[in-house]
Amino acid sequence: MKGLKVVVGHLYPDYLNIYADRGNIAVLERRAAWRGIGFEHRAIGLGEPVVPGELDLLYVGGGQDREQALVAVDLVEKGEALKEAAAGGTAILAVCGGYQLLGRSYRGRDGEVLPGVGLFPHETVAGERRMIGDVLLECELEPGERRLLAGFENHAGRTVLDPGAEALGRVVAGFGNDGESGFEGCRVGRAVGTYLHGPLLPRNPWFADWLLTQALAHRGEAPGLEPLGDELEAEAQKVSAGRARSRGGRY
Amino acid sequence: MNRLERVRLGLEIAVARAAGRLSQLAGRGGGTTLPGKILATIDPGALGSLAGRLPLGSALVSATNGKTTTAGMVAEILGSKVRLAHNRAGANLVSGVTSALLAHPDAELGLFEVDEGAFPEIARRVGPQAVLLGNLFRDQLDRYGELELIAERWRESLRALPEDAWVVANGDDPLVADIARERRNAFRFGLDDPRVARERLPHAADSKYCSVCASPYAYEAAYVGHLGAWSCPTCGLARPALDVVAREIALEGLERLSFDLVTPQGTRRIDLALPGLYNVYNAVAAASLSLVLGATLDEVAEGIGRFRPAFGRFERIPAGDRTVLLLLVKNPAGANEVVRTLTAGGPPRVVVAALNDAIADGRDVSWIWDVDFEPLLDGLERLVATGLRAQELALRFKYGGLDPDAIEVVPRLEQALDRGLELTPAGGELVVLPTYTAMLELRRIVAERGLVRPYWEGAAA
Repeated sequence: MKGLKVVVGHLYPDYLNIYADRGNIAVLERRAAWRGIGFEHRAIGLGEPVVPGELDLLYVGGGQDREQALVAVDLVEKGEALKEAAAGGTAILAVCGGYQLLGRSYRGRDGEVLPGVGLFPHETVAGERRMIGDVLLECELEPGERRLLAGFENHAGRTVLDPGAEALGRVVAGFGNDGESGFEGCRVGRAVGTYLHGPLLPRNPWFADWLLTQALAHRGEAPGLEPLGDELEAEAQKVSAGRARSRGGRY
Repeated sequence: MNRLERVRLGLEIAVARAAGRLSQLAGRGGGTTLPGKILATIDPGALGSLAGRLPLGSALVSATNGKTTTAGMVAEILGSKVRLAHNRAGANLVSGVTSALLAHPDAELGLFEVDEGAFPEIARRVGPQAVLLGNLFRDQLDRYGELELIAERWRESLRALPEDAWVVANGDDPLVADIARERRNAFRFGLDDPRVARERLPHAADSKYCSVCASPYAYEAAYVGHLGAWSCPTCGLARPALDVVAREIALEGLERLSFDLVTPQGTRRIDLALPGLYNVYNAVAAASLSLVLGATLDEVAEGIGRFRPAFGRFERIPAGDRTVLLLLVKNPAGANEVVRTLTAGGPPRVVVAALNDAIADGRDVSWIWDVDFEPLLDGLERLVATGLRAQELALRFKYGGLDPDAIEVVPRLEQALDRGLELTPAGGELVVLPTYTAMLELRRIVAERGLVRPYWEGAAA
C-alpha cells in the first residue's frame, strides 16, 4: 500500500496517559507500518491548535483527576475545531477521561458542573463508588458484523447517553457506562468514546483496524486492510474476556 | 491497659499464635500473617495495644517502591543495638504488622514497612515516633486509586501525629516533599549527583505539574521517575533544602554501588551490595531514618554495608550449572529502574518475564505499557512470556518492536523457568522478571527443588 498514510493527532499526551494510552498509539502505528502505511503522530498540547482537515484520526486518553482538570478548559476551547473535524469525517478514539470530556458535561461530587466539548451526546455524573474491573462488550460497528471488545474499566463517573444515541456496544460482563443501562461507550459516525482501557487496542486488533480503515476513509481511501497474524492477540482477548466473565463488574 | 484488658489480649494472642503454628504444620506456607489476621479480626484495637508496649515506640516506612529494602537496611543498622519487631517478610497490612508484634514480644522498637494504602490506619493505631515517606509512583490504580488521593490521606494522617514525631521525607519527590512541607520536625533526603541523572523524564513520570501553580516542573537532574532536583519556573516552588544527600555515586554494573553519604554528622563512603540508582534512594532513606532514631554514622555505614537484599527483589539463585537472577517488577517506575540497571550491566540475551493479575499484582495489567522495556530489546534473542497474563506481556514486546519469532508464550511458570534455563548456556545467568505473586510462586518452585529456603524461614531468622 505504497503512498498511503494516516495523520494522527494525539491530544495532551503529557497529561492524559494514565492507563497506558501509548499502547493504543503503538498498536495503530505498528499495524499501519506492517501494511506499508505511513503513520504520522502529532502531539497536540495545551494552547496548540487542532487543524481539522489535516487529521485523519484523533486520540484522547485518560488522566488522573488533577491532570484532567488541567486540560479540561483547554479542551473546551478546542471544542469547535474538534467538532468540525468529526463532522468532516476524522476518526476519533476517546478513552476514559477523554470520553467524559468530549461529552456535554461532567458533574463532580461537589455538585459543580464542568462543561464538556459536546461532541458525544452524553452527560456524566460522578458517583460514590468506582466501577473497577474487567469488561466485555459485544459491538456491531458494521451491520451484521458482531465482534467482541475486551478491556478494563476504572471510573467513578456514570455516563448517561441521550435517548436514541448509539452506544459502542452492549455489556456482556462488567459495568459499562453507568453500571445499569447495559451499554458501554458512545459512537457518532467515525467517533468512538469508551471507558475501556487495558490498553484497548492490543487485545482487540479488529477494532484497531476498524479505526485505521476510518482514518483512511477520511483521506478518501478504501484499500481494504490485509489480515495480519493475530493469534497472540486472539489468545490475549480470550483470557481477558474470561476474566470479565468470571470476575468483572462487581463492587 | 487495665488488668482485665491485659488478660483478654493475652488470650487473644494465644489463640492467634496457635493458629499460625497450625498453618505452618499444615504446610500452608509460613503463617506469617495468620496470627495477626485472626487477632486483628477478633480485636481491631490489638495493634495499638501491642505497639503501646514497645518501650522505644515505632517507626513506619512507606513508599510505592523500596519499602521492604529500606526497612531491611534500617533493621540491619539498628538491629545489633536494639531488639526489633520488624515485618521483614513484607507483610505490610494491619495483619502483618500485628503478626510482627506477636512474633517479637520482647521487642523494644517497632520497625514496620507499611502499605501506602494502609498507612493512615496503621499510623493512627500505632502512633509512631517517626515515619519515613519514600516516594509515590503510579501503581495498581485499580487497588490504590490515584496518587493525589494517597497523598491526601498521607497528609491527613501526618496532621494527626504528635508534633514531636519525626517525618523523614524524600525531598526529591515533589509530591512527598509537599506533604511534609508544613511539618516542623521534618528531615529531608535526596540525591545530589547530576552525573548519574537521566537525560529526560521517563514516559510514566508522575507529579509533573507544580502543586501550587500547575506549571510543568523543570528538572536540573531527574534521577528515578520524577524524583530529582526539581523547581517550578513560574512560581519558584522548589526542592526543599536536604538534610542528607548522596554524592559521588558509583554504579558498578549488576553487582554493587557506592556513594558519599553527606549528613549533618559528617560524610561517609557507603558500599552497598545492590545495583541501581533506586537503591541509592533506599540507602539514603534508611540512613536518614536511622539517624533520626539515634544511630551513629558509623552504625549507618556498617549496617548498609552488611545489608543483603530481601527475597526476590534482587536475588541470585544457583540452579545447577546456571544461575537465576530474580528481579521483582511491579509498577512502571520500579520496572524502568530494573530495565535501566539490567541494560547498564550488559543487556541479557534471554529473559523470562512473568505477568500475573492477582489482587496483589493489580488486576489491571495496563501498567506494562507504561514501562520503558524498549532498551531491553537490543540484543534480546528470546523472550519467554509467562504467568496468568502471559499473552498480554508478549503483546507488549511484540508491539514494542521485538520480532514475534523471538517471543515464546509459556503460561505455566514452572515450564517457563525450565525453558529459560534450557535457553541459557551452561555457566550463564537467566534473568527472570516476575510480578509479585509470580515471584512468590517462582520462589516456591525453586524452594521445592531445594535451591532456596522458603521465605518464611528467612523471615523468622
